[in-house]
Amino acid sequence: MPIISRGFKGRRRDDAPRDRVPPGQYVTDDFPVLSAGPTPHTPLDQWDFTIVGEVDERRRWTWDELRALPSETITVDISCVTKWTKLDTVWEGVSVDTLLDGVETSAEYLTVFCDGGYTTNLPLADVTGGQAWIAFAYDGEPLEPEHGGPARLLVPHLYFWKSAKWVRGLRLTATDELGFWESNGYHNYGDPWKEQRYWGD
Amino acid sequence: MEGAAVLGRLNWHVAEVADVWPETDRVKTLALDVEGWPGHRAGQHVDVRLTADDGYQAQRSYSIASPDGGPRVELTVERIDDGEVSPYLTGDAHAGDRFELRGPVGGYFVWDPDPGGPVLLVGGGSGVVPLMAMVRQRTANHDEVPTKLLYSARSWEDVIYRDELGRYGKRGDGLEVVFTLTREQPPDWTGFGRRVDRELLSQVAPPDLSLTLVCGPTPFVEAVAEALVGLGHEPSRIKTERFGPTGG
Amino acid sequence: MEALRLDGNAAAGLLSEVFAGEVTTAVGTCDSCGAVEAVGAIHVYMAAGTVLRCPHCEAVVMKVVTDGERIWMDLRGLRTLELAS
Repeated sequence: MPIISRGFKGRRRDDAPRDRVPPGQYVTDDFPVLSAGPTPHTPLDQWDFTIVGEVDERRRWTWDELRALPSETITVDISCVTKWTKLDTVWEGVSVDTLLDGVETSAEYLTVFCDGGYTTNLPLADVTGGQAWIAFAYDGEPLEPEHGGPARLLVPHLYFWKSAKWVRGLRLTATDELGFWESNGYHNYGDPWKEQRYWGD
Repeated sequence: MEGAAVLGRLNWHVAEVADVWPETDRVKTLALDVEGWPGHRAGQHVDVRLTADDGYQAQRSYSIASPDGGPRVELTVERIDDGEVSPYLTGDAHAGDRFELRGPVGGYFVWDPDPGGPVLLVGGGSGVVPLMAMVRQRTANHDEVPTKLLYSARSWEDVIYRDELGRYGKRGDGLEVVFTLTREQPPDWTGFGRRVDRELLSQVAPPDLSLTLVCGPTPFVEAVAEALVGLGHEPSRIKTERFGPTGG
Repeated sequence: MEALRLDGNAAAGLLSEVFAGEVTTAVGTCDSCGAVEAVGAIHVYMAAGTVLRCPHCEAVVMKVVTDGERIWMDLRGLRTLELAS
């Protein structure tokens, strides 16, 4: 049994609505920054977003082209595997449905790839049907580099390591290929409501 | 794995607060009695783990401020207002309270009594803490290596250990203490009054420097290390200890 | 300037759960660029897990994840690690 530190509560809000906070999570008003590496600073005129892999034809958007696509405002709760949950975060982004529109593929999985080499894997079914966005704004402001700007994936129904920062594209794959964390202990799927944090959870 | 001690690996110790005293408005030192403490080297740190009554845990690293000696370990902790562990350690914790501690950790950023030439210690803010352990160890050991401590703080009120450091600088034992106050200087201030930059380092760093240890917030450490390399000091003779933004 | 970068020392507590000896003075060789550095001089980033990167080429040399009961280590980026016996 660990030693209980008398009076220690931590930085937590205890007025959080329980039906919105996944098991083992604590609500925070901060937006903690976690990073697996240096912050990339790709100039927007050299930035692009591509869909590659098992597709009929590679798709590519420049920054201006991506920003010209229809975008939406998304208000969602996000949960990090390090146990913080942030309620009612407001993002603006392009739905992944919009990007996949007209793409012919037999793939069932995808690998999200990013500046700096980070990857994460997801079933294709988890980024379609209004479940995932390429987000470029947070709280009405351009997404800051420390939070993944210029753009990050937003897939709020899974632990936030799946919402890859500095996203540059999707590689559609026939088989599930483990990403940066999924290959080393973190759960392959990462559903916060099932507390799928680590291998075997 | 809890309780399954494996020889040689570090386990969590129980630490009991023996005493707490303020160093500045934002900084306190906690003296801890640690059961089974194996001793440490000046410059090492510990991981502190706090557990709430519902099982919630938070963990942070803190530098040891005291030289090696006995079962008592002193940690000097700066309060980070929106932090999680430091407000507890600097606010709630008092004598008799207990928490868990893992360490000592880190044999890289430690006092070396014989590096072959002069040593420069550069601390920014509470980055002075592991350097203070080194200064105290040096004094306790009567080490003779010429040592300079360059300590950057916002104001004189923010200087941790100021009385003790004032005494150390005047003992004629080869230890020199240099302050720079970056935001606010007392009216009669004769020391430096700006950030540690290349020019300041060129005035302070001995040319035959054989080891530099730099500790502070990441931007401070990177600026100092870059400036030292720019002045021609060998990168492999500069050891750094960065404080992260997850501090607190 | 990288505000989130730490030193190998920051991972010392976690690594001490794996290695019996002092690990920050152990010397690693980066598989990507061949640079040789003490673990204490390697760059550390704290994310979902702990990432150690070569201070010369920023390639990942080690990834460490723990759930409190198990520890996973990805050492593919580390060509060799020399520890005192």
